[in-house]
Amino acid sequence: MELFNQPAHELKRMMDTGEISAFEIAKSVFKRIEMVEPKVEAYVTLTEGQAAAQAKEADAKIKKGEGRGSLFGIPLAIKDNMCTKGVLTTCSSGILKNFIPVYDGTVVRKVSDAGLIMTGKTNLDEFAMGSSTETSFFGTTRNPWDLETVPGGSSGGSAAAVAAGEAIMALGSDTGGSIRQPAALCGVVGLKPTYGLVSRYGLVAFASSLDQIGPITKDVTDCALLLQAIAGQDERDSTSVDINIPDYNKALVADVKGMKIGLLKEMMGEGIQDEVKTAIKNAVDVFSKMGAEIIEVSLPHAEYALSAYYLIAPAEASSNLARYDGVRYGHRTSEKVKDMIDMYMKTRAEGFGNEVKRRIMLGTYALSAGYYEAYYGQAQKIRTLIVQDFEKAFDKVDAILSPTSPTTAFKIGEKFENPLQMYLSDICTIPVNLAGLPGISIPCGLSDGLPIGLQIIGKPFDEMTVLRTAYAFEQAYGFKERPKLD
Amino acid sequence: MIFPPPLREGGLRGRVDYIPKESYEAVIGLEIHVELNTESKMFCACPVSFGEKPNTQVCPVCLGHPGVLPVLNGKAVEYATLIGLSLNCEVTEFCQFHRKNYFYPDMPKDYQISQYDLPLCVEGYLEVGEEKGVSRIRITRVHMEEDTGKLIHIGGSGRIHGADYSLVDFNRAGVPLIEIVSEPDIRSPEEARMFMQKLRSIILTLGVSDCNMEEGSMRCDANVSIRPVGQKEFGTKTEVKNINSFRSVQRALQHELDRHIDTIDSGDRVVQETRHWDDAGGVTTSLRSKEEAHDYRYFPEPDLVPLISDKPKVERMKKALPELPDARRVRLMEQYGLPKHDANVISLSKATGDFFEEVMETYEDARKVSNWILVELGALLNQANLEIDECAVTPRHLIDLLKLMDKGTISGKMAKDIFKESFDTGKLSSVIVEDKGLVQLTDEDAIGKIVEQVLAENPKAIEDYKGGQERVVGFLVGQVMRLTQGKASPDAVNRLLKSKLNNK
Ligand SMILES: [Zn+2]
Repeated sequence: MELFNQPAHELKRMMDTGEISAFEIAKSVFKRIEMVEPKVEAYVTLTEGQAAAQAKEADAKIKKGEGRGSLFGIPLAIKDNMCTKGVLTTCSSGILKNFIPVYDGTVVRKVSDAGLIMTGKTNLDEFAMGSSTETSFFGTTRNPWDLETVPGGSSGGSAAAVAAGEAIMALGSDTGGSIRQPAALCGVVGLKPTYGLVSRYGLVAFASSLDQIGPITKDVTDCALLLQAIAGQDERDSTSVDINIPDYNKALVADVKGMKIGLLKEMMGEGIQDEVKTAIKNAVDVFSKMGAEIIEVSLPHAEYALSAYYLIAPAEASSNLARYDGVRYGHRTSEKVKDMIDMYMKTRAEGFGNEVKRRIMLGTYALSAGYYEAYYGQAQKIRTLIVQDFEKAFDKVDAILSPTSPTTAFKIGEKFENPLQMYLSDICTIPVNLAGLPGISIPCGLSDGLPIGLQIIGKPFDEMTVLRTAYAFEQAYGFKERPKLD
Repeated sequence: MIFPPPLREGGLRGRVDYIPKESYEAVIGLEIHVELNTESKMFCACPVSFGEKPNTQVCPVCLGHPGVLPVLNGKAVEYATLIGLSLNCEVTEFCQFHRKNYFYPDMPKDYQISQYDLPLCVEGYLEVGEEKGVSRIRITRVHMEEDTGKLIHIGGSGRIHGADYSLVDFNRAGVPLIEIVSEPDIRSPEEARMFMQKLRSIILTLGVSDCNMEEGSMRCDANVSIRPVGQKEFGTKTEVKNINSFRSVQRALQHELDRHIDTIDSGDRVVQETRHWDDAGGVTTSLRSKEEAHDYRYFPEPDLVPLISDKPKVERMKKALPELPDARRVRLMEQYGLPKHDANVISLSKATGDFFEEVMETYEDARKVSNWILVELGALLNQANLEIDECAVTPRHLIDLLKLMDKGTISGKMAKDIFKESFDTGKLSSVIVEDKGLVQLTDEDAIGKIVEQVLAENPKAIEDYKGGQERVVGFLVGQVMRLTQGKASPDAVNRLLKSKLNNK
């Protein structure tokens, strides 16, 4: 039995009985990285030295009876758009390829306080804009299940690392599906919490009203543990919400008897791969057999979600990314410049990739005088309608099921030249971000050796029900496959 | 009143009928920025302090580092609310921050967190011109935003264009700023100056800013246009920026209005643009045209939640407002019987009002106090270019001086000289008097002897007096004063001279 393949809660149990040490776990993970990273390329930066030292320190503490936290000493990969003091944080962009933050983001500090040990910073689509990691300045991460295919994105590095055993667990961020879609494509568990549950301070902003950090893990139990470590109001994030954080462990009950579970009508039709539909129908049967009541629900405005998203997210991004101007940090052109404007233009032309430029232009246009109402204003109205659609649906059900991604992992390069095709990868996840709801993706089958993800959506701040539903399915379905990389 | 025909549109360059200058009316609206003196910045914990080494009062938030988020300073909201309430504004129930997007190296995030269509306060007014007839200037809005950093351009003309390189200091970036926007209700540069003075006085009374135009804690942009008197439509406006002293408010606006009139009189049309006031040259120059104007792409700031007004708290704040200049003016007239002009000038500056009332705590004659403050002290302050609370003379100095006069220890003439010395050295009058032995000569025998001596030395003057030329008395008084080094009591000298002359 290889340690790197074990979930955190299992490793923790073994640490508690004294069978293994934190250092041994870290060693196993870094050995695995050494072996498979050349194939997968999940990381931008590895922090092996720092991790080894921290693992030894953790063991010393455990010996003294300290460090009893449920994730103490567990190796964790962090998406490279979260600020880590003194450690390169690139957002997989040329414009930040040399950027070293002077502070730790709140979540980074929290996981560190919980005793988690950072293995490194994982690859993403540049500034989290993409669904395949192909827009990364550092190259594409490969799906451990099939190295010819993408791992999904934008948190493709984190999902691939967990799937490949290059990390025990990982942090991702989700703006339109960036945790759930790669989790689905890599056959792991990924949760996007309710907007406002987890602090965004230190998460490099893409679309501020949608971004949310969340766990990517090997199973639902680990997901609950990592969520516990990162949830909670932060005085540095005014949009984080003051609520009592429940004990997510208590959600891990394999019982959905009497629960009302919705199946999203709009997401079982056209554009969804047949094998995916079949897997979701099987999942529905599993719930049915466990005694849940299945009710078809509808989001009448879901068809506008993608359009609304591609106005709101780029609009916010166009403003959020303005600060990368070469004045204070990051890339600055080395060409001779005429004036300030010329410096801005050359710096940004050199520093940003095409997808980022495309979205900055889209967003700038959507906010322009005379177009604001027609685009941004209209998109916000759609957003409100989608929130209302979900409210109505949740009047009838406790949780809603849908596919996470309309397809399994696609070939590298397949959609890269066709942004619209690429954007459709997030069609099932985007409405959840627009409504700010919690959503999880868990594996629910394989098609041609590629994983399929089931999305479970909950009411605002009802992560308990989401986790419980996911846990019940996981226990009943028993997805035990692992990618064969060796 | 003359009602000239409205200006003709187009096609008539050089053929517009001449309209005399007096028949134009100025239309001025002001946008005033005031830096609040909160302890920390608008959205981070960095201290608000000036004159520190560049880039030492900064943190990741106010430097716009990746991943940072703003957290609103509650004190700044309170201060802004106080200003709004003092300007008779309505505090809105729901207000929101917006991002104002534009690229400039003094702005760390390349957007400014500001307010747009949902400001903190709306629909107020401020009254000016109590002496010549009150005008009510409507206040459109009072909103909150963050300040930018400061650029220093090295080489070239000192502007960014043509500079060899530029340095940036972010100490000021993120300092809380209030923007006060008036309706275009101001009708003369003088009125604009009065508006600024009244506003400054109110904010100083609230104690939420030091309102120093020279140091940039109060800044003024003006929208200026002209129209023939009687015409309702506005003329084409220009925006004048970089007005950075009270003195230049009136000068810059007068210049710009004259330029508008000259432009129209010479048959041209005023171009809508932003202009830069050059204080040294006394002119405005074009900064950018309407076509070059920024599209700020405002949208709601997603990193901050909207503010819902705490109505009971706002009501409490309104009730607890300090006495504002208008109320003080009325009270000064009622309580001390000051004439309107004196009450107005004294109440218009918080420091002057405080000075006056402190003297009045231990002194009775309000008119005398107001005279000394407005005339003697006013002249000295003007000469020295100081504010009343910046000079060496305190209420104690004035009380001391007035009491010496009342006791007859010094004459009014002596008092003026002694006061000047107090102003220069900070010494109390009584100390100066003692040091120099400047006590007034009131011994009538002694003065009588000197009067006799003067009369004996000026027989011609006595003849002239007898011949009906009363003005020689003044000459003779002067001679007596000269011989007593100004110490003789003018009353006694006058009385003794006249009686002795009449007895000759
Ligand atoms: Zn700061």
